[in-house]
Amino acid sequence: MAAMLELTAVEANEAIAAGDLSADEYGAAWAEAAAGDDLNAYLWRDGNGDGEAIAVEQPKIAPVAVKDIFCTEGVPTTAGSRILQGYRPAYTSTAVRRLLDAGAPILGKTNMDEFAMGSSNENSAYGPVLNPWDRGRVPGGSSGGSAAVVAGGLAPWAIGTDTGGSIRQPASLCGIVGLKPTYGAISRYGMIAFASSLDQCGPLTRDVRDAALMLSILQGKDPCDSTSVGLAQAPQLPDREDLNGLRFAVPTELARDSIEPGVREVFEATLATIERLGGEITETTLPHAEHGISAYYVIAPAEASSNLARYDGVRYGLRAETAGDLVEMYEATRAEGFGTEVKRRIMLGTYALSSGYYDAYYGQAQKVRTKIAADFSAAFAEFDFVVTPTSPSIAFGLGEKTADPLAMYLNDFFTVPMSLAGIPAISIPAGLAEPEGGGPQLPVGFQIAAPAFAEQKLLDAAYALEQAIGFDAKPGGAGG
Amino acid sequence: MAGELSGILEHVDRIAKLDLEGVEPTSHVVELENVLRADKPHQSLTPDVALAAAPDPVDGAFRVPSPQAEG
Repeated sequence: MAAMLELTAVEANEAIAAGDLSADEYGAAWAEAAAGDDLNAYLWRDGNGDGEAIAVEQPKIAPVAVKDIFCTEGVPTTAGSRILQGYRPAYTSTAVRRLLDAGAPILGKTNMDEFAMGSSNENSAYGPVLNPWDRGRVPGGSSGGSAAVVAGGLAPWAIGTDTGGSIRQPASLCGIVGLKPTYGAISRYGMIAFASSLDQCGPLTRDVRDAALMLSILQGKDPCDSTSVGLAQAPQLPDREDLNGLRFAVPTELARDSIEPGVREVFEATLATIERLGGEITETTLPHAEHGISAYYVIAPAEASSNLARYDGVRYGLRAETAGDLVEMYEATRAEGFGTEVKRRIMLGTYALSSGYYDAYYGQAQKVRTKIAADFSAAFAEFDFVVTPTSPSIAFGLGEKTADPLAMYLNDFFTVPMSLAGIPAISIPAGLAEPEGGGPQLPVGFQIAAPAFAEQKLLDAAYALEQAIGFDAKPGGAGG
Repeated sequence: MAGELSGILEHVDRIAKLDLEGVEPTSHVVELENVLRADKPHQSLTPDVALAAAPDPVDGAFRVPSPQAEG
């Protein structure tokens, strides 16, 4: 049984299709592995005894772990929030529907930062997820549960959402692959909204080929999401082995900021690997990218403050017990139901949208967004890809950054610009770094960004680089 | 929390100093034209299903406390 869990999803699916592996036995083996969750990574699991399940007609491919932000009919969906404790949606999200249609059983719903707001998973109302590489550290966020189950051997692959880095950063901190597709590649229908102009679903997987396959299942235009466009062609499994003739740009503005020495070392080594594979490395300039965090922390909270107005204790979710009138009920419900970070962002967003401040904050941030997208367009006129470290740091300790929200936000420094520009970006594990103060070595992610809808090219290059890097470290391995 | 919000706003204020006169704001990255779905009747959620998750459903409706404080 252990050997079957070693297969990548692509390998397992091929074995099932060839009749060499029973989808039922393979699925049962994974359900058993998931039941051993000691990372607080699952909020709900199939077969947990509550009698609820997400029905798949005929299991045909590897089972998937799904971030608890995707609505699943009749099965608890909390978005990591107390305000949705016990909520069972009336319908299933398109992303999950596509997985079911492809024959993928759903293993469970994974823990996350409340409403996807966070970079450490410490903002979940259901407690933090632990990083399988070192349980005293965070897995990243907000898709921390989805990253931890894949890295920790509790699921073969998973889906998450990325608004400003919420797939790529946890993938980096957990040593797996995380892909944020182009905005519009995958339907957002039934995906609980945080910041609608930025939210995008994507895969968290063991390797690049699994990410390509997952994207090909998920992508497509959906009549239920008018902003979905899909990809012109479903991605093929990548098999490129070199990077000959490809031009990689390193943005100087992003490279100079505070990057941990271990992360910088792995980044530099990866650039050397790219050159060895025939790729060309050039420094470039994205003059507005460094303002990404400022623009993002206006735009995302502004959209969130509007999206989260729906949680009012009337139609679903928590209603606080009060003796007072309707307004008191609203206030008590939201005070009780939302955590600190969500309240902080609702206040920031409401402030940024308020009359008198709108132009200075929201209007200005939208213009910065235009400039950031233009910077990327200019770079892609000369280069094929823009590369950065995924995160300025390796996984940090639980509680280390919770006292300083701004320090937490700066974790997204390298991932936010791509989200604002709507372009695809992937994080692949590139090496290990020694944490300050000792302890097991921890994974470092390498981010590659490509022009909108150039997913195939991105996956091909990421695959070639992945093969050359040969990252095969696992949590609890040598030195762990 | 007031102190934290001030710190965040101070960081955000950096963009206030940029000269972006005449730059078009971006509200959405994908160029799309609005479309309307075909005007055909279809089965939507039944009242029972729509009310199933409500904290206090009564007679096919959502019951809420009175909007006017008593007394």
